[in-house]
Parts: sequence; C-alpha cells; structure tokens
Amino acid sequence: MSELKIGEREVVVPGQLLAVGMDFLPSHGTYRLGEQIIANRLGVSVVEGKVIKTIPLAGVYLPKRNDIVIGRVLDILSMGWRVELKSPYTGLIPIKDGTFEFIPRGADLSRYYSIGEYFVGKITNVSGQNLIDVSVKGQGLHKLRGGRFVKVNTNKVPRIIGKKGSMVSMIKQATDCKITVGQNGLIWLMGEPAMENLVVKTIKKIENESHISGLTNRIKEFLETATGKKLEAINEESGDNSNGSDDSNNQSKERDE
Amino acid sequence: MNKESQMSNGKEHMIKAITADIRYDGRKKDELRPVSIEYGVSTTADGSAKITCGNTEIIVGVSLTLGTPYSDRPDEGTLMVSCELLPIAHPTIESGPPSINAIEISRVIDRGIRESGAMDVKGLCIEPGVKVWMVSVDVIPINHDGNLIDIGSLGAIAAITKTLMPKIEDGVANYKEKTKNALKLQHTPVPITVCKMGDQIFVDPTKEEEQNLDARLTIAVMEDDNICSLQKGGGAGFTSEELKIAFELAVAKSKEFRKYLA
Amino acid sequence: MAEKYTKRFDGRKMNETRPIVAKAGVIKNADGSAYFKIGDTIAYAAVYGPREVFPRFMQNPTKGILRVNYNMMAFSGPGERNRPGPNRRAKEISLVSEKALLPVLDLEKYPNTVIDVYIELPQTDAGSRCAGISAASIALADAGVEMKDMVPAVAVGMVGDTPVVDLSYHEEQPGDDMETVDIPIAMVPSTGEVTLLQMDGITNKDSILKVIELAKDACVVIAETQRAALREKYAGESK
Repeated sequence: MSELKIGEREVVVPGQLLAVGMDFLPSHGTYRLGEQIIANRLGVSVVEGKVIKTIPLAGVYLPKRNDIVIGRVLDILSMGWRVELKSPYTGLIPIKDGTFEFIPRGADLSRYYSIGEYFVGKITNVSGQNLIDVSVKGQGLHKLRGGRFVKVNTNKVPRIIGKKGSMVSMIKQATDCKITVGQNGLIWLMGEPAMENLVVKTIKKIENESHISGLTNRIKEFLETATGKKLEAINEESGDNSNGSDDSNNQSKERDE
Repeated sequence: MNKESQMSNGKEHMIKAITADIRYDGRKKDELRPVSIEYGVSTTADGSAKITCGNTEIIVGVSLTLGTPYSDRPDEGTLMVSCELLPIAHPTIESGPPSINAIEISRVIDRGIRESGAMDVKGLCIEPGVKVWMVSVDVIPINHDGNLIDIGSLGAIAAITKTLMPKIEDGVANYKEKTKNALKLQHTPVPITVCKMGDQIFVDPTKEEEQNLDARLTIAVMEDDNICSLQKGGGAGFTSEELKIAFELAVAKSKEFRKYLA
Repeated sequence: MAEKYTKRFDGRKMNETRPIVAKAGVIKNADGSAYFKIGDTIAYAAVYGPREVFPRFMQNPTKGILRVNYNMMAFSGPGERNRPGPNRRAKEISLVSEKALLPVLDLEKYPNTVIDVYIELPQTDAGSRCAGISAASIALADAGVEMKDMVPAVAVGMVGDTPVVDLSYHEEQPGDDMETVDIPIAMVPSTGEVTLLQMDGITNKDSILKVIELAKDACVVIAETQRAALREKYAGESK
C-alpha cells in the first residue's frame, strides 16, 4: 500500500512520516525505515514524482565549493590567513590566493590582511577533512571596508538574493546602499544610516515572510512606501546578473535547492 | 590597512550612524527600547519577574530564607543580589565560574538597591540577634542583547515588589504557604548606564554597541532624583562636560524606565 | 496495610500527563531553542552549534560531540534557595540527558564540532530532567540539526501498587504509608527505542516492564506537542 502522507510544500519536522511504500525514494532530509519515508530535519517537503526531499528551514552553513562568502581574518599563519566563515569550520586563504599583488617570500603577511578584517571570498575547495580553502583573488572578490554586517539564516539567502539577483537589486535601487550577500548568511551593507536601517528591516522581513507567496511584490511595496520612490518592476527572469555582490560576478543561486 | 584602523573600521561606521542620531536599530541616542514585565514566572521563587527590553530577556527570582543576622547588625535582615551570566544567553558566554564581567554586573546591581536603602532591612528582623529574613535576588539573563545592569536592576525591583513573605511555623519557614505581606520597598532606585563611543553619548546599548564602547557610566537614580550609586567602566575617560550631560540624561531616563513598574 | 492510590492528588487519570505548553524559537541568540512546560515544571533549552570545539583537545575528527548542560536556577527548587553552580546531581543529569539525545543524532555529519545544549529551569515540580530532554529535543530540531526523530521524555512509576504516568512532586513523596517508584524514561516514537532509563524505588521486573508500556503512549502524546511547537513557529512557512 503506497501512500503519500504529506501535501506539497508542507512544513515537516524530524520523525514525521512522509510516505509509505517501497516505490518512494528518500532524498535530502529524509530516510527510509522499513516501508516508511521519514523526515530527518526541520524543512519544507518537496515531492518530485516518487522522490521525496526537504528544503531545510534552519541549520548552520556548511561551506561548498564555489560559494561566495563573507569572512573575517582570525589569524595570520605562515602559509596564509585563517578565516572565520560563520560556519563550524574555519577556512584558510593560501598566500597565493590572497591578492593579485605579488607577495615576496618571507613577507609580513599582516601587511596584506590584518586580524579582524572582513572580505568577500570564494570557496575554492572543501576537503574530506572539512579543510576549507578560500580565495580573494578574482573578479568581485576583495576586502570590505567600512559598512556594517547583518547575520541571517543561511537557508534564507537564496530568497534575499532572488532569482538572478532580482530581490537584492531592488533593495539596492530603493536604498542606494551597497550590499553584498554571502552564501554563509553574512551580509555587508553601506549607505546612509537611515537607508542602512531600511535594508536591515527589509532583510529581516524577507527572512520572516519567505514562505508567503508574492514576496517580491510585497517587498517592492514595502520599499516604495518607505522611500517614496517608484521602483522598476524587476522581471525575475531577466534581473541583473549579480549574486548580490556589488561587483558583477556571474554567480547566481536559484531560489530552490 | 594597519591593524588599528581596521579594528576601528566597524566602530567608525557605527559612530557615524550614532552621530546622525540613527542608531543601527533606528533609535535616537536618548531612546530606550520598549520594555515589558511579566510577573510570577517562577512559582517556586518567593517572587519573580521576567523583563524584556528590546531583545534582552532576563528572569529574576527572589528567595527568602530564615537565618542569623550579622553580629554587627543584629536587628537587620540581609540582602544579596547576584547576576549569573549563563551560556544559554549568548554564544560567546562560556560555562564556568563567574567572569569578572558577571561579578561587576552583580555588584553594581546590588549596590544600586542596597545603598538607596530601598530594602527595609530592619523590617526583616524577626528576633534581634537570633533570627532575620535573608533576601536573595538572582538575576538571570536568558537572552543577552546588552544593558544587563539597567534591565537587570529594573527586573530585580519588579520581582521584589511582588514577593510575598512565607509563613513562619515553629521557627521554620513554610514555603508552601505565603502570607499576604509583600516585601516592602522604601525606594525604587533605577540605574541608567550612559555610554560613550567616540564623542557620542547615548543610553540603553545593544550588545553590538557595547562591544564598541569607549566608556560607560552607570548612574543609579532614586525617585526623588537623588543619585545613590555610580560606576564608571571602560578604558576611556569622560570630560566634565560629558559628565554633566550624563547626569541629566540619567535623571530624565530613569523616570521613563521607572514607569514600567506596576 | 498500605493504602491504595485510587485517585491522583490533582485528579488526573492514571495514564494522563499534566498539561503541556511547548514553544520553539524562544531565545533569539541561540541557533535553536525551546520552552517546555509540563504541569508546574518549566525547562528552557538553547542549542548553539554545530560549532568549533573549545577546548580544542576535545575535538573528535570522526564525528561531532554533543555537550549537554542541565542547570536548575537557584530559586527553582521546592524549598529553600540552592546555591547556584553545577552540583553532582546536575552533572549526572547532564550526562544521562546527553545519552538520551545521542541515538537520534548522526554526528558523523559534523566532525570536529560540538553541539552545545543548555537546559535551564526557572521552576520545577518533578520530572525536571524529562522536561529538559523534551525541551532539548525541540531546540535541536529548531536549530536544523539532523535527527531521526524527536525524543520525548516523561517520568512514569508507581504510587503504592498503582502504575502512574508523569509523577508530580507530591506523588514522588506521597508519605510514610505509600511506597513510590519513579522511572524517568525517554522513548523514540518511530522505533520504540528507550534512550533514558533510571529508577528510584523498589519493585519487581514485571511491574517495571508494565509501566514502561504505559510510557509508550505518553511519549507519543509528548512527541506530538514537540512537533506542534515547531510547526507553530513556522505556521504558513510552506509555498
């Protein structure tokens, strides 16, 4: 007797029965126990044919290759800089990936990055031992000067960026703030104080309401009311190509996993 | 960019915002976050309150124990206020014995209440030299977003006002039966911690703001505008002009804060 | 002759738990958190992690570690104030709570990390370790930690010869003429695995097994309140 026990896009919790039957296939966030498919994390169910998975609603950031992240220098080592990524695992910027400048042998590495400095980087490798390599050498990768930071749930980052960067572009347009969104849930922004606060409010609103459909329009109205500006209707399909970074960087994370 | 200037980069940006009178959470420099107080959150305590100010949330429990008075004050009950910084409240708090930070918070809250004479300690005496009530106030933040001294103190006063004395039977306290007598407070001291960052002066700091403070001055103000306790913290100094501003600010804001007491 | 316990002090049915209030996401700074109230026992739980382990030497390169810290606030006990700080009882409860939660976690997914669980109780009326575990379970799920199922816990036992579920403080110490058996137990609903089992009192093995059977239904009820707390936080999260 094969039966789906949940609807499409339902909030599911660990231990919840999702389906019964051997022809269902457990995918991310689910597992099989005998005939049953059960959720193993807090998430939103997605059923694609016979494949059942969940999109996580919570959970720490686990670094993935090619992710653009915002990090902070923790320590200066002989082979590079150890960095904090708002993840259970720290990363390392190897000397060769620190900057386009030539770094001579035996140079004082603190000349290039000092402890506490923030940057936008790219995860270049995640080893089996969870050793994370980060590069700040590339288009759109650089130190972050000034500004302020906001931490959000890493799972909400796709909605904050929007399809092809449409959401974050709209926020930038409304507030004239520079905004860079890291996949690790750290967001950098800089602008006039009142506008910075509006960005923060908007981001929190997206975090809290990401589930309710029509988010983009609601955020558009919210921003228009707050700024008195009329915003361009951003066509989600053709929105600008940024991933949220201020420099063009052709990474864009789709809304769903 | 050298070490010092990067470390202060985040701070410089914050000072810019404060100077514009638009703090990171949108507040003005002299604006307090909204406060709410819930009473009776612990039925095992003799009196309790949970105070929320912005995102800071603190549980306060008052316990009354029968004990012997100090030999130099035989006709007075005792008061002890302590604040525990537990790791549940913030990711950077570690388990272990009280940090110097926690000790300072405890002692400053304690002094504000004690020095004002708020507690009628003579009224806590049952038999001079033999038996008195010992009042313990435990201030326990469960979510730390700054300003623990001011918010903890207000919570302590609130919890004390709702504390009912247990019945005494055969010389022993019966905690299951409360009398209708509440612990009496003769004064309501309210501390306001005035903060300095760069040349900016403001009140009710969030944790993010506290991390960038240059100096702070906690001023405990009584209901008659007299000041009963002072504590300066932080590595920088206050000019005499800044002190003047701080005292005026503290007296004005303590009135606002005090209004939240039922 | 020992009196027979036919009517509970608070009028409940023998297999009825006290009223439960469960909420998720109550401590903003934490990665996951919960509030769990059963009768007059209240537990807060906060989860921080998976995160880097300090002190470093405690790291395990093959899997993450779970660190539970159970603490009763000074004013949370039934009588006089207790001096704050960890005592031996609290340390033991922290340990058995950790063992109660481990079986549903797959810590190999998080090597070299620690998941810290802090349990704080502002008021207690028996069943405090069980309330702590129930709260911790919600907090872990709220933090997005992968877990096979929730871990509900409850104290079952006997008052006189009568099996009861969710003993109140009064039932733990009913008086000179009635013997009491107190069995805190945690049970994973999907598999029936028992992950916490302790006992205070004396009785025969058949009675123990009978009383454990009673715990099954109570744990299913508690697990539903745990799941409901999570769903409530995200009410409308779908689509």
